[in-house]
Amino acid sequence: MAPPIEFEIRRRTLFAGSAAIAIGAATGQRAAAQSSAALAPSGAEDSTITLTVNGEEQELTIDNRTTLLDALRENLKLTGTKKGCDHGQCGACTCTVNGQRVNSCLSLAVMHDGDEIQTIEGVGTPDNLDPMQAAFVANDGFQCGYCTPGQIMSARSVLEEIRAGIPSHVTDDLTAQIEMTDSEIRERMSGNICRCGAYANILAAITNVAEEQA
Amino acid sequence: MRQFSFERASDAAQAAARAAEVEGAKFIAGGTNLLDLMKLEIETPVHLIDVNGLGLDEISATEDGGLRIGALVRNTDLAAHETVRRDYGVLSRALLAGASGQLRNKATTAGNLLQRTRCPYFYDTAQPCNKREPGSGCGALSEGAFSRQLGVVGTSDSCIATHPSDMAVAMRALDATVETITPVGMTRQIPLAEFHQLPGDTPEQENALMPGEIITAVTLPAPVGGTHAYHKVRDRASYAFALVSVALIRQPDGSGRVALGGVAPKPWRSDEADAELPNGARAVMSRLLDGARPTEENAFKITLAERTLAAMLAEE
Repeated sequence: MAPPIEFEIRRRTLFAGSAAIAIGAATGQRAAAQSSAALAPSGAEDSTITLTVNGEEQELTIDNRTTLLDALRENLKLTGTKKGCDHGQCGACTCTVNGQRVNSCLSLAVMHDGDEIQTIEGVGTPDNLDPMQAAFVANDGFQCGYCTPGQIMSARSVLEEIRAGIPSHVTDDLTAQIEMTDSEIRERMSGNICRCGAYANILAAITNVAEEQA
Repeated sequence: MRQFSFERASDAAQAAARAAEVEGAKFIAGGTNLLDLMKLEIETPVHLIDVNGLGLDEISATEDGGLRIGALVRNTDLAAHETVRRDYGVLSRALLAGASGQLRNKATTAGNLLQRTRCPYFYDTAQPCNKREPGSGCGALSEGAFSRQLGVVGTSDSCIATHPSDMAVAMRALDATVETITPVGMTRQIPLAEFHQLPGDTPEQENALMPGEIITAVTLPAPVGGTHAYHKVRDRASYAFALVSVALIRQPDGSGRVALGGVAPKPWRSDEADAELPNGARAVMSRLLDGARPTEENAFKITLAERTLAAMLAEE
């Protein structure tokens, strides 16, 4: 298990200037939290959970407030999953939980005890790219790259969702088989924002993979 | 985000009893709205009861030919359910018009009904808001306020926020009923028409639930047939809240049902307006939006609602 405290202290050090002050600040905060016990009528404010992330079991003791996104990035050091808006509006934090794509910023880690998480780190490696990653490279499906992990996690799920027969807002006939069209892909990717505006190339990349898999 | 303690519930009645017993407790299911509001400290629960383990995630037939939708059925699963797509198309359409794929995978049926308004003055804690902080005033009604998105009918001098759900608008057209269990273990059936409340002087009181009471299911009566449509008008083609939305169920003889979203603090429908459907969009809307009190910025919604329905009627 990765030591969850380490990052916390390192970051505080940046602001506080010395490790001693940083530890004092951290302790002070904890004491303050405990003194306001009236705010927490029952149970602790920390929880211990087990996540399976990219096939590897991870036990974490975390503050209940920790989102799945922060648990991945700050506790497990899996920084491929990005924090954009932190409010479910941009999709940069998209990863899959038990096979379904979600906004990891809008989910508490403590609610995922026993769940299987897949992040971009579990999808491919630089030497062995996932077809969707390769297609994003081939089609220039990004400029700055910040939204890309979320785009790729979402795109992989979009193709699965279409194949599973899950309809979308632009599906003409709710009872017929769903066709893999540009408008279907665009609509289903609307929860992933790209501020560089690489949408045309993202669509091309997804379409390539859809055609290869057809 | 404020600190909170956490527990997982495995029984609905026990969860309700716990929620009534612990002051400041809240249920959490999908969490897509609650967690967002907790980050902004608009919601500050001191204890969260995770209800995902209650097993209320099934869709089943009812004895009278209708459908019982468990409180925890995810929006994606409800929209994609074979019976819903075939017999309650307006519900599938409304669900698919809302949020994004990622959010629909998490958001639940009960949570969708209980989501809070997206009024910018509710969200901005530096602004007065009678819903967020009773008695502080309504920022949306102040001079020069941004009210384009907000309500035109059913509103009050205290609050002009809208209910943001698409799903609820379709369910209102389908005469859905909300099933609950109270902290003392009693079950209740609340017609969706009576579930959400108008703001009046108490905009913080949004629904008919008692403290601790938990939604267990939403039931739909037997299918009514007809042609189902849901038309959502918004500022973007996808992933935006409605300016106006119209749920329409139309029978071959021209009769039918109309419910509106984006215009009121609850899904907006009336029998009198439904009865005008054979007479066209203008007749329906003059009944349905009778008594509307729009602001200068959102008066366009009255015209937009009528034109949206007119377009839908012309399509068929």
